[in-house]
Amino acid sequence: MAMSNEQSILHIEDVYKSYGDKLILDNIDLSVNKGEFCTLVGPSGCGKSTLLRLILGQEKADHGALTINGHAAGYPDTERGIVFQRYSLYPHLTVLENVLLGKHLSKRRWYLPWVASQASKDEAMHYLDVLRLSAAANKYPHELSGGMQQRVAIAQALIMKPPVLLMDEPFGALDPDTREELQLFLLELWDKEKLTIFFVTHDLEEACFLGSRMLVLSQYYADDRGEVARGAKIVSDYALPSVALSTEIKTSSVFQELIGSVRQQGFDPSVLQHVRDFNLEHPDSFQTLLDQERSG
Amino acid sequence: MKTPILFGLNAKPTPLLRVFLAVLPFAIAIAAYVSASNARLAENSADKLLPSASQMTKAIDRAAFKEDRRTGDYLLWKDTASSLKRLLTGVGIAAFLGLLLGLNMGLFKSLAASLSPFITVVSMVPPLAILPILFIAFGVGEFGKIVLIFLGTFPIITRDIFLATKKIPREQIVKAQTLGASELAIVYRIVLPQIFPRLLETVRLSLGAAWLFLIAAEAIASTDGLGYRIFLVRRYLSMDMIIPYVIWITCIGFFMDYLLKQLIKRKYKWYLAAED
Repeated sequence: MAMSNEQSILHIEDVYKSYGDKLILDNIDLSVNKGEFCTLVGPSGCGKSTLLRLILGQEKADHGALTINGHAAGYPDTERGIVFQRYSLYPHLTVLENVLLGKHLSKRRWYLPWVASQASKDEAMHYLDVLRLSAAANKYPHELSGGMQQRVAIAQALIMKPPVLLMDEPFGALDPDTREELQLFLLELWDKEKLTIFFVTHDLEEACFLGSRMLVLSQYYADDRGEVARGAKIVSDYALPSVALSTEIKTSSVFQELIGSVRQQGFDPSVLQHVRDFNLEHPDSFQTLLDQERSG
Repeated sequence: MKTPILFGLNAKPTPLLRVFLAVLPFAIAIAAYVSASNARLAENSADKLLPSASQMTKAIDRAAFKEDRRTGDYLLWKDTASSLKRLLTGVGIAAFLGLLLGLNMGLFKSLAASLSPFITVVSMVPPLAILPILFIAFGVGEFGKIVLIFLGTFPIITRDIFLATKKIPREQIVKAQTLGASELAIVYRIVLPQIFPRLLETVRLSLGAAWLFLIAAEAIASTDGLGYRIFLVRRYLSMDMIIPYVIWITCIGFFMDYLLKQLIKRKYKWYLAAED
């Protein structure tokens, strides 16, 4: 059983979460290292977003430990950056003001007028440059395309240099071309800025393409607990070759095979792997099973 | 296929025709009045019910540009100033407190749990029904009138701001927390600026009610004000005075509405974009 080490930014152990009577997350164990681009996929309704909200601190686990950077995770704070699918931007602020917001909110008093220091402005403009948004600095979000809005949201989160950047289907509302463009963009940014990313998506191809590590969360598995209501577990944990700065890999046979096997293991309700046989090949992967789950 | 310009679902009136169509009802109303007035005055030149334009002009001239013989005031302007002071004070306080309360109720669930039912019930009380209570409690001076306008508009403004605040996506608040925001910063620097144009809209809609309460209060107990004057001269059947006063009140109301609308249009483009 692997335990958290120095490198571990995010450590989750024995986490359960249910809504009412319905168990969603069922004994989740996960440790994510610094610098990892960790993608999380799974069938719809499996609890991907729930897991992300637990990490974010927007919701509380019923049971289990969740630490970020060595501290027990509490309510959302600057330890975690977030990019949502929508509503990440503040409509009443310009692009530059949106990016500067973190500087103001974290350092300035709420009742005083906010004037950005030159250093903060330079830093904000740096991120806007990196995300090729400098020309839009003084526009309002409603004047931008969906792809540009998401880029602003990324810059807005990055300026806080969060230990881990959480992304909840950030490209889910974009058209396919823009989506691919932003995928490449994000990979480049991850490489350049040495980010740690936890990326939730329902798009298997996207998860395989982006991740240096891919987790599959699924409620379709078997164990020896008999007739109980099961929640989702991490059924596969892949180490992937990092950084393919070209979309050509998406058409390669290795890539397609991987997608095929993940689809079968995680997304097919008729294929039930036993908990003992999960494909947890990633070196950081660990699993704390209860006796009754693996007794057979 | 020819696009019809006037009749049918597919009709597209030209700009000029639109202006004509807009002016038409006003023209008809005025024409109807003038002909009725002429007919009555032809029969009895001392008739007071439907004064002619020249009679009304004379009345306006007396009220607006000549000192009142008894008090030495220019009545129309004095009445306007008194009424506007009451109206704006009442609506202003209601808007300010309604914004603060609605905003905080929208964000802090315990506050909403405590006050939301209360505000809902209070908003059901017909303000005019408690006017006697207000006059008994606060006297017939300025304060009672302002309280009436306040009570008539505050619950609606509060409820509207409360609902608008609740509609702010949760994501925005969580995002602000990850950017290091304190609770007060979220309330007053993240949510309040987004709600503000909504407040202007709500105030726009509340002004009609505010005028109603103002005139009612002035009609019952006052010594000046637009509503007071109308009800005072009613005793002498001074339609030549009442009608211009009503038109004047309408113009002020229209102007205030226009001003707020323009303010939203100019300063809050992002708000209008989000509404679409």
